[in-house]
Amino acid sequence: MADPTGTLLLSAGMAVAAGLVGCFAVMRRMSLASDALSHVALPGIGIALALHLHPVVGALAALLAGTVLVWGLERRTGIPTETVVGVVFSLALAVGSLLATGDELVDALLGSPGRLGPWEIGLGLAGAAAVSAFVLTQRHRLVLTLVSRDIARTSGIGVARLELLFLVAFAVTVALGLRYLGVLLMGSLVIIPAATAKHLARGLSGMLGIAAAAAVLSTLAGELLAARLGHAPGPVIIAVAASLFLVTLPLRRTR
Amino acid sequence: MDAVLRVENLSVAFGDVEVLRDLTFSVERGSALAVIGPNGSGKTVLFRALIGTVPCRGTIRWAPGTRIGYVPQKLDLERDLPVSGFDLLAAKGSVAGAGRAEAALALELVNLPRATAARPIGALSGGQFQRLLLAVALLGRPDVLLFDEPTAGVDAPGQEQLYEMIRRVQRDRGLTLLLISHELSVVYRHAANVLCLSRERPCFGPPAEILTPAAIAQLYGAPLGFHRHG
Repeated sequence: MADPTGTLLLSAGMAVAAGLVGCFAVMRRMSLASDALSHVALPGIGIALALHLHPVVGALAALLAGTVLVWGLERRTGIPTETVVGVVFSLALAVGSLLATGDELVDALLGSPGRLGPWEIGLGLAGAAAVSAFVLTQRHRLVLTLVSRDIARTSGIGVARLELLFLVAFAVTVALGLRYLGVLLMGSLVIIPAATAKHLARGLSGMLGIAAAAAVLSTLAGELLAARLGHAPGPVIIAVAASLFLVTLPLRRTR
Repeated sequence: MDAVLRVENLSVAFGDVEVLRDLTFSVERGSALAVIGPNGSGKTVLFRALIGTVPCRGTIRWAPGTRIGYVPQKLDLERDLPVSGFDLLAAKGSVAGAGRAEAALALELVNLPRATAARPIGALSGGQFQRLLLAVALLGRPDVLLFDEPTAGVDAPGQEQLYEMIRRVQRDRGLTLLLISHELSVVYRHAANVLCLSRERPCFGPPAEILTPAAIAQLYGAPLGFHRHG
């Protein structure tokens, strides 16, 4: 068994990154798109398994390739992110199911709590730190671009580059949770805590803080509960996150 | 003559549709230019070409080192976005290198109370949001302000106040103002030059020459009343 403190740290770090990235994904109305984008990892996992590589390597490569494809198509054609992601996602799912067997596919979708080596924990923590640092240092640029690309451009922000970096941060976040939660559930950990934060917060800092806290709380509580019940942690974590969303709905800020 | 902007033979086309054709005009430093024209005549497209977000032919020459503050037309935003007015000011301030003191000054200049700026932007009225966007545009000490229909969605008394405020800010800061407006009486009073966009015959010159009843009737397809002031 791997060092439990390391695993715990990694799940908390991963949750913080997911919560922070999720805020801008939700505010950009990318909720469904980002869930779908996470599935782009599938063909990469299939290829990696076929080549006897670590699945995360293939997943990350596929996610980055998918991200650049989405970004490029969106820029060239002006078609909304959601549509482009929808098409790329379906293609990825089709290719992924051709490349992977049934069991492998279920593991990739829902995660398989295996043992994590020290290098996996180290790499995961570094990725989570990089994503969190990106969102926190670029939050001003991201929010200005969100409100108006024209204001952002006249303020000297490289909008296209910033959007590519955001999609890359998103891809890295999904790849982080892959081994643990699976691509399906990692997409949910990005979106649900951020959606909870969106209806509670009155400002940007509040939203970022609440999203990160809700993601960490769901992850840690989900793990504890899963261990008690003898279940895999992934689905329990998402159930806790979704319950937090529903329970806080009555507290929704009206204006 | 000290021109802050010179535009020569500017044309913009989307596919086969030509939106702007062969526009030539210039804007003097510290002056106000009003852009008028019926809906669909390409006013916003012109602004977006000037800030470089729409591909175009011809030349657009801003004076070296010109800083632009842009106030867009109504934005398509979700009502429940957890972004407050202060978040927006802090964002622009951070990018433009302006501190809190400058943000406070900008809020004062546009007459927006701090309590209003603290609210989520989706909860602001049309006029309050316009003031906030103007304050955001003023951060970073711009030389030129591009204002796209400042009074869209603002009631009549509010419009008057908004224009008075824009004029005051322009005077205080020595700004050059480019303004899209449907309010011909306001244009007549405030603008040094008028650029009217119409597919048949774009025209450019001082309001007294451009805003003749015959020209307005031709531009809008119907006679339109406005009050001349001294």
